[in-house]
Parts: sequence; structure tokens; C-alpha cells
Amino acid sequence: MVNRIVTGAHYGMRDWLAQRITGAIMAVYSLILAVVFFTGAPLTYGVWRDLFSNGWMRVGTLLFALCLAWHAWVGMRDILMDYIKPTALRLALETGVILLLLVYMGWTVQVLWR
Amino acid sequence: MSSAAAKKPRPKYLNLTALLFEIRLPLPGKVSILHRVSGALLVFPFAAWLLYLLDASLGSEAGFERIRMHYLPMPAVKLGLLVFIWAYCHHLCAGVRFLLLDLNKGIELVPARRSAVAVLVVSLALTAFFGWRLWSIA
Repeated sequence: MVNRIVTGAHYGMRDWLAQRITGAIMAVYSLILAVVFFTGAPLTYGVWRDLFSNGWMRVGTLLFALCLAWHAWVGMRDILMDYIKPTALRLALETGVILLLLVYMGWTVQVLWR
Repeated sequence: MSSAAAKKPRPKYLNLTALLFEIRLPLPGKVSILHRVSGALLVFPFAAWLLYLLDASLGSEAGFERIRMHYLPMPAVKLGLLVFIWAYCHHLCAGVRFLLLDLNKGIELVPARRSAVAVLVVSLALTAFFGWRLWSIA
């Protein structure tokens, strides 16, 4: 294929599939979290802290954050490809989205392993 | 073709007025655009806001109590969280529907419209439920 554009998709199904798999993982995490909330003890600071100091919860939440970043990247790129036509502006916004998602991941690690 | 249809000016250009008032999307189309809008809102500002809340509430007992006693009860905060809850529930429900459509489940016209209605209704019902829980704790 010729005329590839630098801010286009990568003309494959990897991201399409990744968006669906990461979405499914996040849906499962959401259901588990809802069950934990509604079957657990009333929320006090101790309950809240213990929940997020549990190893499974930390790893699961980190996995959620990674899935979110990948999923949101594909989704935001689709939105920018649909509505933002000037290449320079689109590239700038795509870069901004990537930086924002990297900040989210760093912040998540900091919150979970303080 | 009726004479009314024949008189429509062609070509039809898209502009904001046309998008908002003239082109009426079918329900699956509304679910789709709301999936996109809710997704963008979840990326920003809601993900940042939720991380802030998680950070402040996990940091210390004082922070947890400050969030619970002083921050969450503010009407603007509750309203904002209600919008977040709707965006999350809609995005999740519509996402599950799209996954099923990708698996060729419910792709006929009538089931597709029914599942679109179900997404709108279930996500609003979930929003009402979690909103009620939010109002009862803060």
C-alpha cells in the first residue's frame, strides 16, 4: 500500500483486536470490583487500605491501568483520525494523548506502591 | 420516489445544524456516538479525577476522611461523579454489545435495535442504582 500517512492507523488488526481484549479484561475487573464492594465490610479507611495492599488487587489494578492505556490509545486515535484533519495538529494531539496515558500509568504505580 | 423527496437539495452538506437537528440517528447510532463521547470523557477528565481520589483516599486516614466527609458531599462533586458513573456504565454496556456484534450475535435489524435500547436502559438503571448508593454514603 502506498500513500501511508504518519498519523494513520497501522493498517492491521492488532490494535482492533487489542482494543477488544483489553476491553473484556477491564469489564471482568469491573465486575469483580463491584462484587468486592457490595459483599465486603462497610468502607472505612482500614478496609480501603487493606483492599489495595492485597497483592492480587495491586496486580489486577495495574493490569487494569495497562489495559486502559492501550484501549484508550486505540479509541482516542480513532476519534482524532475521524475529526482532526490537519496532520500537524493531529500529531500534536496524539502525542498529548500518549503523554497523558503515560502519566496515568506512572501515577497508578505510585498510588499502588507508595 | 415521491415529489417531496425529489425536491430535496442535493448534495447534502454536513454542518452542525444538520448533525444536531436534521439527521436523526437510529437508536444503535445513538448508542454508538454515546459510546464514543463517554469514552473520551473517561480518558479525560474522569481517569485523572478518579486517580486523584484514589491517591488522596489511600494516602492517609486524614485524607480518606477529608474525601469522605468534606469532598464527596459537595453537590458539584456528586453531580460530576454521577456523570462519571453514567459514562462508565454506558461505555461498559455498549462495549459488551459491540463485542457480541463482533461475534455475529444479534446483528439482525430487530435484535440490534432491541440490544441498543437495552444498553440505554440498563446503563441508566445502573447509574440510578450507583447514584443512590453514592447519595447514601456521602
